[in-house]
Amino acid sequence: MAGSPSRDNAAHSARAPWLTLKTREMLEAWLFVSPTFIGFLIFFLGPLVAIFYYSTTEWNLLSQQATFVGLRNFENALLENPDFWHVVRNSVIFALGLVPLNMALALSLALALSRPFFGVVFFRTVFFAPVVTSAIAWAIVWKFMLQGQGGAVNQMLAWIGIDGPNWLREPNWAMAAVIVTRVIKMVGLNMILYIAALQSIPRDYEEAATLEGASRWQVFRMITWPLLAPTTLVIMVLTTIGSFKVFDHIYQMTGGGPENGTLVLAFYIYQQGFKFFNVGYAAALALIMFAIVMVLTLAQVMLRRRDME
Amino acid sequence: MTARRTEIVYRICWTIALLLLAVPFIFPFLWMISGGFKSTTEIFGAPTLIPRVWRFENFVEVFTYQPFARQYFNSLYIAATVTVLTLFIASLAGYALARIRFAGAGLLMLFLVMALMVPEEVTIIPNFFLIRAMGLIDTHWPLILLPVFGPQGVVATFLMRQFFLALPKELEDAGKMDGLSRFGVWLKIALPMSRPALAAVAIITFLHSWNLFLEPLIFLSSLEKFTLPLALSNFNDSYGLPLWNLQLAATSLAVVPILIIYLIAQRQIIESFALSGVKG
Repeated sequence: MAGSPSRDNAAHSARAPWLTLKTREMLEAWLFVSPTFIGFLIFFLGPLVAIFYYSTTEWNLLSQQATFVGLRNFENALLENPDFWHVVRNSVIFALGLVPLNMALALSLALALSRPFFGVVFFRTVFFAPVVTSAIAWAIVWKFMLQGQGGAVNQMLAWIGIDGPNWLREPNWAMAAVIVTRVIKMVGLNMILYIAALQSIPRDYEEAATLEGASRWQVFRMITWPLLAPTTLVIMVLTTIGSFKVFDHIYQMTGGGPENGTLVLAFYIYQQGFKFFNVGYAAALALIMFAIVMVLTLAQVMLRRRDME
Repeated sequence: MTARRTEIVYRICWTIALLLLAVPFIFPFLWMISGGFKSTTEIFGAPTLIPRVWRFENFVEVFTYQPFARQYFNSLYIAATVTVLTLFIASLAGYALARIRFAGAGLLMLFLVMALMVPEEVTIIPNFFLIRAMGLIDTHWPLILLPVFGPQGVVATFLMRQFFLALPKELEDAGKMDGLSRFGVWLKIALPMSRPALAAVAIITFLHSWNLFLEPLIFLSSLEKFTLPLALSNFNDSYGLPLWNLQLAATSLAVVPILIIYLIAQRQIIESFALSGVKG
């Protein structure tokens, strides 16, 4: 008002002062959000619309131009190309291995580290350190340690009399190795979220239950766990989505191999789109991935809602 | 007395279990640094944590094998640029979404949530052709534009909005009385009060850009334009096999400074991630 008296001329304010104020507020607001909004239109909404179009075209190095082929790419993925289902299977195995392991470890660590005791800061710092480290660096070091001959991991296993496999050269072991090293890399994040949730639970509840004679396990099962449910849901959704998006870790550690044993969806999309230039097919794959992530998110939210009722 | 004793035994057991569990979290860092000082023969020989011969030349060869100093600088300046731009844009939008009730705000929020839900892998293909049409392939522009306006920028916007919502309004009202414009209130009153949120956004944004891999991989082709993660994955011989000691030396150079900063500011850094995780 006082800021720009010239614009608040008497005629306007006399007629409908609230309208001018409101319009100006709105203009200001849109000015504030305009960089975000314009960037969103150009780099998100535009591409999101475009990917639907791309997915209905055949577009590769041979046919330099995009030709409309309808749902051909989806048919190719879902019905014809055996690679696709192999890749989906790998992604599902990766998620089924990673999510429960990550969450169970995160919760255990959080339960151990949510109360102050000697060394708690040290442990939290240690378990969180890989989170701030680049996935490429982490994968480089683990690839080095997981070599069949002379790798640090097999050397340690040899001390206790175990003859370790050539981890990254056998499909099943490679998948296990990728899952476990990814869990170690990311578990700190979920641990921190669980610690925050645990610390917001009033201590009285647990103390009252302990006074009533409940065991540690009963306190956890009957009080802590139900109160953690909203956090568990958020963590589960985020971790599942994250597991379907994993790319750099696999790129550096196994390159999708051996024998495509760790070829997961995000990596397959990259391969098809940017290495083989099957743009139309890659676009269809990207949309399928989008659908999977959406369905998983909604399913988890709905399941939990039913659970809580 | 016995209750206290079991409590102590319990604590000791926990601590030992935690120490064992900590090994796969700490050991890779030690092994990385140790490997960076080893010679090729020692890398493939029986492994020891302390190198038998310290080969400092690795850290020189890292810089001659690739333009590593240049690549290091690229990562630094790109991450700094992304961070400054994100702070500016996200705090502007976050402020408007928190403080002004305007037509379209609800719809905008819905759109932004959607941007969070859609994996970057979905939009990267059209974005590649968009960037190519703009003539920005093999430049640093996509590494700046895509994160600033992508999901990471949205997380930042939500973090800022959440923080502004919790700020008391009175000071800003007083500022308005004193004749400050909306922009003035934002710049002179709201922003100085939101240092904790700005710090959190700066930390997660910087690290996200610093560790970014898919975008550099797709958009960059000349060595002197590479960023660190891409450069690290590129320490291979002519057969495509890793030059382990150089790769580990370079990785140490990239990781250790971040780790030192993390050790100094661990509380703040962990809190920033907790905030963004809860929001995202």
